[in-house]
Amino acid sequence: MEYFLELFFGGLTRGSIYALIALGYTMVYGIIQLINFAHGEIYMIGAFVALIVAGVCTIYGLSGVSILILAGIIAVIYASAYGYTLEKIAYRPLRGAPRLSPLISAIGMSIFLQNYVLLAQTSDFLPFPRLIPDFAFMEPVAHIIGSPELVILVTTFITMILLTLLIKKTRVGKAMRATQQDMNMARLVGINVDRIISLTFVIGSALAAIGGVLVASYIGQVNFYIGFLAGVKAFTAAVLGGIGSIPGAVLGGLVLGWAESFAAGYISSAYEDVFTFGLLVVILILRPAGILGKASKQKV
Amino acid sequence: MTDMLQNFKKSILVSIWFVFLTFPLMVVRVNTMNQVVVWRWTNLVWVAIGSFVLSYLWRYMLARQQVRKKVADEGGEIRSKTQLLLEDMSFRYKAMGIILLAALVFPLVFDTYQSTIMISALIYVVLGLGLNITVGLAGLLDLGYVAFFGVGAYSYALLNHHFDLGFWISLPIGGFLGCLFGVLLGFPILRLRGDYLAIVTLGFGMIFKVVMENWDSLSFGPSGIANIDKPGFFGIDLNLANSTIYIYYIMIGMVIFTILVTTRLRNSRIGRAWIAMREDEIACVAMGIDIARTKLSAYALGAFWAGMVGVLFASKTTFINPASFTFMESAIILSIVVLGGMGSILGVIIGAFFLILLPEYMRAFSEYRMLAFGAAMVLMMIFRPQGIISNLRQTYEYKGSKEKINNG
Repeated sequence: MEYFLELFFGGLTRGSIYALIALGYTMVYGIIQLINFAHGEIYMIGAFVALIVAGVCTIYGLSGVSILILAGIIAVIYASAYGYTLEKIAYRPLRGAPRLSPLISAIGMSIFLQNYVLLAQTSDFLPFPRLIPDFAFMEPVAHIIGSPELVILVTTFITMILLTLLIKKTRVGKAMRATQQDMNMARLVGINVDRIISLTFVIGSALAAIGGVLVASYIGQVNFYIGFLAGVKAFTAAVLGGIGSIPGAVLGGLVLGWAESFAAGYISSAYEDVFTFGLLVVILILRPAGILGKASKQKV
Repeated sequence: MTDMLQNFKKSILVSIWFVFLTFPLMVVRVNTMNQVVVWRWTNLVWVAIGSFVLSYLWRYMLARQQVRKKVADEGGEIRSKTQLLLEDMSFRYKAMGIILLAALVFPLVFDTYQSTIMISALIYVVLGLGLNITVGLAGLLDLGYVAFFGVGAYSYALLNHHFDLGFWISLPIGGFLGCLFGVLLGFPILRLRGDYLAIVTLGFGMIFKVVMENWDSLSFGPSGIANIDKPGFFGIDLNLANSTIYIYYIMIGMVIFTILVTTRLRNSRIGRAWIAMREDEIACVAMGIDIARTKLSAYALGAFWAGMVGVLFASKTTFINPASFTFMESAIILSIVVLGGMGSILGVIIGAFFLILLPEYMRAFSEYRMLAFGAAMVLMMIFRPQGIISNLRQTYEYKGSKEKINNG
């Protein structure tokens, strides 16, 4: 039972990170029907910037939670800036082009950003300082769920609530929903669609950066390649839940996290990634629209 | 004048933005182990100058593209001189003859090292042409193409290791197995739209690598399979130099075979069905084309070449392990197709030579290879989506005299 609980919480932690990244995919896809392949790279850049800030701060004598918060904020700012620039350079000129074009452009951007970080920094795994302290009150259950896991769960939960409020309650959120439903109609009623698309990229990138910082401080190392697999898995999560749907992305992330955790725990950890993609294929065959997605009809 | 000033201002702003953007990654390098921070301020200057110049170029290119689009919209001539030259059949035959001759004497003139490099470029030519069927003609984005290549390579390596099967028997088997995997992968994703397809094929590529790394009893894991036989030449043992030349000629033969088959395929019924499907799937269904069969055949035929050339790859290197079949390889093959020009056979060939030989002969550049590939993919999509050599549509002209038309 304890083993089960450990896997359960491990899967929950992992799943909530997938969900954070998947939100970025799903929001962008909802608005411009593009798989933003470079999204995983934004996550990686977030983690890297956090590592650099944390490294510099530790060396200059700051310590503990204050670094984590500072590193997190700067990482979010930078990731958002990268997301914004990415959209402007690689996707905006291609609006209205055949569907394959922005997708290839996105793959190119993903390769470019990976190698940019590889060349500007290093190909080695860099150790990420342990910034999340061990809470005393977590002591009795530490073998099932540790302090870092708790921090991740609480942070993602708060982030998601804030995101929901933003989308459901604010004017900007309303404009985003309108753009998602019908871009031309939104333009007609005076919404600056270009700005909304930029904003979507910025928000998605910020979420990815939060995920990146949390994972980096949890796992304890960062490398230029971490974004790729995380990106693919988060995309799988978004598809699982039904791409374009925000609750779907969260649900998909959690399902994927649990599936991986239990499969790794009870069957075999070497084949973890195989289970992920196997699950994706099965879902796509049985329910191509995803768990919460609506089956879209193609219009001529 | 104000225009120039505006341009200047904009470029300055872009430059400042990129300095901000690249600051932490380009300037700071921390080593948390030794507690040292290295500040590389000179990088910042390069970024500032570079982004300033690029911003100018960017705007110039965008403006030029707008002008071109306008000309095209008004029905103006958009074919360049090179394109017109390429359409001239007598020029084509002459050029092909010269290239073939050059290819045939190449290993006799240059040494083994050069031939080895050429072989790997030719391998990528065939891979590019194979992927060109799936991506270029049928418009199905395949990000796990290298897995089919791996299937071919492993099938030869295993058949050779366990059953001592020779190269020539394994060649069609490898191709056939690649084909089979293409169909197997194709079935579940028939109903999916383009972007889902990309992710599933990517997943398939990764699954292949993970399985090969972990299924020790089948694939010998990460350590790979060594001592694979080179292709046999009527039972005669060849030394290294001669066997390289031999493989080179096999490869030339394979490239010619691939070019012939793909050219014929493109103009066949199935080839036209692929192109129609790429342009508009719904219209394609309405015209009575069986989408399932068309998609599967595109997958199967694309995978077939990868499987065949995989066998050759295994016999050339005599050693394979899962590390040869990473996503990066798929990305390189994809960029060959994209940069060369999707659907264009000549373009893909030129693209393969360009992308494989350039980093090989410019060692200093090879470190930046993937960076340049990625940037080139983005730039190509924006400024020249048709690739280096755009795909020429077959056009039919009425050759009868004008009077007949008037009379009719």
